[in-house]
Amino acid sequence: MNVLVCIKRVPETGARITLTPDEQEIDTSYLPFTISPHEECAVEEALRLAGSHGGTTTVLTLGAAAAVEQLQNAMAMGIGSAVLLETDGREWSAEATAGAIADAVRGQPEGFDLLLFGNEAADTGDYQVAVRVAVSLGLPCVTGVKRLELEEGRAVARREAGGGFEVFELPLPAVVSVKEGINLPRYPSLQGRLRAKKAPIQRLTPDPRASGLEKVRLLRAPERGRRAEILGSGADAAPRVAGVLRELGLVAS
Amino acid sequence: MILALVEHADGAVDTTSLEALTLARGLGDPLEAVVVGAPGGLAETLGAFGVTRLHRIVHERLEEYAPEAWAQGVLEVVESRAPGALLAGGTDRGHELLAHVGSRLGAAVAASCVAVEPDGDVFRVTRQRWGGSLLEEAVLAGQTKLLTLAPHVVAAEPVADATFPELLDVTPSLGDEHFRARVTRREEGAAGVVRLDQARVVVGGGRGVGSAEGFAVLEELAELLGGAVAGSRVVTNLGWRPHTDQVGQTGARIAPDLYIACGVSGAIQHMVGCKSAKRILAINKDEHAPIVAHADYAVIGDIHEVLPALVAELRR
Repeated sequence: MNVLVCIKRVPETGARITLTPDEQEIDTSYLPFTISPHEECAVEEALRLAGSHGGTTTVLTLGAAAAVEQLQNAMAMGIGSAVLLETDGREWSAEATAGAIADAVRGQPEGFDLLLFGNEAADTGDYQVAVRVAVSLGLPCVTGVKRLELEEGRAVARREAGGGFEVFELPLPAVVSVKEGINLPRYPSLQGRLRAKKAPIQRLTPDPRASGLEKVRLLRAPERGRRAEILGSGADAAPRVAGVLRELGLVAS
Repeated sequence: MILALVEHADGAVDTTSLEALTLARGLGDPLEAVVVGAPGGLAETLGAFGVTRLHRIVHERLEEYAPEAWAQGVLEVVESRAPGALLAGGTDRGHELLAHVGSRLGAAVAASCVAVEPDGDVFRVTRQRWGGSLLEEAVLAGQTKLLTLAPHVVAAEPVADATFPELLDVTPSLGDEHFRARVTRREEGAAGVVRLDQARVVVGGGRGVGSAEGFAVLEELAELLGGAVAGSRVVTNLGWRPHTDQVGQTGARIAPDLYIACGVSGAIQHMVGCKSAKRILAINKDEHAPIVAHADYAVIGDIHEVLPALVAELRR
């Protein structure tokens, strides 16, 4: 059971996002970086599956040399080996990213039974890299998975739908993208951190490719910007709150 | 011609699909729709939203959802009709199917659009990034431009001059290879539970709730109002609530009539999940908490004093 998990390095944004003067990127001068949230859960899922079924775990990312930090974080959590598809740090399209990942997977001699992704990267929100990799490699794929089990050469994956779940089955090897909530990711151990620092990282240089979607600029989304009507403080506010609920037709008057 | 992929459940069209049809009308003429299955009643609703021709993908094996099979059906309609654009709602299936179609066509997909302007051969799109806290202006090119619409952004509006669409049934050529990944069964949600995405009132709790037990009073208020309970990411990460209750960038996007935010600070990652609420009532100890600046109403105080008093008041 060999699992590849694909992650992305993203800034940890605070309460307010600042853009660079050219409006092309988030100003990350004062921001720490992290693994995109759904993908951190994909790392945890890879570790759990390898723990119960045996086999190897590999983490892969496409990004600048600095993304080694996130590969090391994943290895500190317990992932066995790491691959960096090194770029100059400029943003890659979903097509280009998926193409580079598919090429890298084809180049791994031992092959993988399962490729795990996050449902969407926190920053670009393209919702498509996992599917594109699957189509490129000719593998079956399910996205948005909140529970994953492996049994006898197939995966059973649950996705939220209509207040319940729809249960997918797909044969391995397969591509699955997961959502936060599938597990609670572990913290790296000190021992894990020390091991990760020394672990070798395979570095490849992918070729960029064109996309039909070209960024012009980023801008901040308009905020609600209301001026709240203060209904009171503490328990004394209850009658006025009840009055508002009645006005809104949310309780019988 | 503009083509919209329409999702439906039990014969009812998904709201996000109706929103996509509303946006699609501004992109070109005529508007056609593609659905998998052929439930009755659907065509009339779609006609009311401006659809002139409905392509129904019918196949004995398409009873249950299978991403590659459904995508193959949509792809065959795209290939025969060569639309200028294919739109879908920004749902799990919408994103998944357009990713398949885009990948097969070698075309880009602009995900989570909030506005689209045709400009000669290209579309100028504005799309959500960072879960909606940032927007990106981008240029989308291609013979058939593929895009998904972010939910709760465009209000679904029927047309004034509705017509009944022409119906065309398409039977795609499907083989076992299209059914490798497929839905084999469903697990229904608990009966009688108000769904977060459908609730008129959502009572949400943040770190200020203090504990899993602290949610009892939120549950009580939600029950009185016929609403649902939600939590911030902190709350689900601490295990106080199941992740299915999370509102925010990595959880649900809600659009209730009223969101009652209890002890929620209002971090940007939370606000993107609840900003489509018609009104927000914030209950917070800190009058300077960011949530208060986003709210329509605020009560300053400890939720464990305010909520029991409110529940008592409503019970009187």
